[in-house]
Amino acid sequence: MLLTPEDITAIWLSLKIALTATAIALPFGFITAWLIVFKTFRGKIVLEVLINLPLTLPPVVIGYFLLLLLGKNGWIGELLNKSGFPVIFTWKAAVIASATVGFPLLVRSIRLGMESIDLQLIEASRTLGASWPDSLLTIILPLSLRGIIAGSSLMFARSLGEFGATIIVAGNIPGRTQTIPLAIYDYASSPSSGKMALTLCIISVVISVAVLLLHEVLGKQLDRRSFL
Amino acid sequence: MNLHIDLEKKLGKFFIQVKTEVSGERIGIFGDSGSGKSTLVNFISGLLPPDKGEILLDGECLFSSQKGINISPEHRRIAIVFQRPMLFPHMSVQKNLLYGYQRCRAENKRIKPESLIDLLKLRPLLKRGIENLSGGEKQRISLGRAILSSPRLLLMDEPLTALDDTLRYQIIPYLRSVSEEFLIPYIFISHSLTEMQLMTESVLVINNGRLVEETTPEGLARNRMAKSQNGYLNLLPLTNPVDHNGLFAYRWGNNTLQVSDGQLNGNGLFELSSREIILFKKHPEAISARNLLPARVMEIFNSDGRVGIVLSINGEKLIAEIVRSAADELDIIPDTSIFAAIKASSFRRLA
Repeated sequence: MLLTPEDITAIWLSLKIALTATAIALPFGFITAWLIVFKTFRGKIVLEVLINLPLTLPPVVIGYFLLLLLGKNGWIGELLNKSGFPVIFTWKAAVIASATVGFPLLVRSIRLGMESIDLQLIEASRTLGASWPDSLLTIILPLSLRGIIAGSSLMFARSLGEFGATIIVAGNIPGRTQTIPLAIYDYASSPSSGKMALTLCIISVVISVAVLLLHEVLGKQLDRRSFL
Repeated sequence: MNLHIDLEKKLGKFFIQVKTEVSGERIGIFGDSGSGKSTLVNFISGLLPPDKGEILLDGECLFSSQKGINISPEHRRIAIVFQRPMLFPHMSVQKNLLYGYQRCRAENKRIKPESLIDLLKLRPLLKRGIENLSGGEKQRISLGRAILSSPRLLLMDEPLTALDDTLRYQIIPYLRSVSEEFLIPYIFISHSLTEMQLMTESVLVINNGRLVEETTPEGLARNRMAKSQNGYLNLLPLTNPVDHNGLFAYRWGNNTLQVSDGQLNGNGLFELSSREIILFKKHPEAISARNLLPARVMEIFNSDGRVGIVLSINGEKLIAEIVRSAADELDIIPDTSIFAAIKASSFRRLA
């Protein structure tokens, strides 16, 4: 293989960032989807537009907004700097970028899962003595598991491919914030590194296929155990 | 059980306003679809808050817009059996059954799962998933699940509508026996006169969001005799069938009835429309109808231009329906003796 130590770090970093972003976004995504599907409140449409915005905006624009927010002079960045927890140009910034960009995909999938739940099932659980958090955990969560798995796979895959927002808030520092797409970008810009770029591309394909396979296997398992 | 409701709500163009106080263990709510029956169920169970008014169950306030009280559904202890079974698809039969039981406070738990599971004949199904069960099995599980939450009131929202005829009358004995056995009062919602007669002792009639009538199932059926497609439906429990020239001869009290749609094994419940009974002033000499019964007129009532004749046949009650002119011609008054002719094919077997 033609992998340099930096390449290997990039692979691990990509996986770490994608996994962390998905894990952090998951509970928020679940609650957001629940709010949209089951609750009526003022400003719901504003929430929906805000959540879907990253889907339509160029990732670079999102990156730039995040930079304004998290940068040295941004109001969150300043706060983080003072508390000795700088985020900008670290892998954590890449996590935030990935989470922001992938969030609408996650919410959409969970939402689809939740929308297929018969409302009367939830009503039945309530009249049987379940409080709403109880009903959320014992009825809504297991019945939207398929959507959660689909959303997580999508979001994980999207995070692996994140480029535009990441390069702005996390930079492209080999060994520190350089992920697979950023490394490929570097290799592709120099004429002598075609093979290196191709190797990383193949690794990307392998990871993506693995994610899709895992998604299918989990879905099948869910089918088999659906009544337990 | 005593239920006091006085509430109203606007739902788009639909306005529902109901005020009543009912007492009893088996109360019916009758009305066409879209009349507001299910909305009323949701008010009582707490799934939908009214705009204003109050609900008191046995003196306890469940909802009051004035006092700002709205007890959440999980604390009302009012269980619902819905039109569709609404079993949780990700749980086994047993987990479904115990869902409410596990959430019931210890001091309110008064029904043993074991005895209920046997009563509803669910033991062989416990470990199974819910996918491949029949409609009747599912509805029995749904009923069991509601009962095991030890509710103080059971709301049955058209629990039989989604079942076919045969299953419907197989489930009714379960519905009745369970609430009698465990002393749970119920409100039974339906648009079927027969179900009202079989399940309830008093009836609230809802139409277009308003309470239009408080009556008995008998009164309801008599009132609707002229308008209803099948007139008044007599329900006859018939026993001890024997074969009689290709027909089935059943015992009906001290009478014998010949029925074409029978079964030799066991007793049956039969439906007979008031319009299928022909009355004769004198004994007809020869007649094709297989049942000719001497009867005494007990009572005569009017229903929208039709005349209902309450007959006593050897102590058994039957209601026949004739038009006004026929009543005048035959000169039927209470206490006259007449003959009732019924074709063997007029009886419809329910169960």
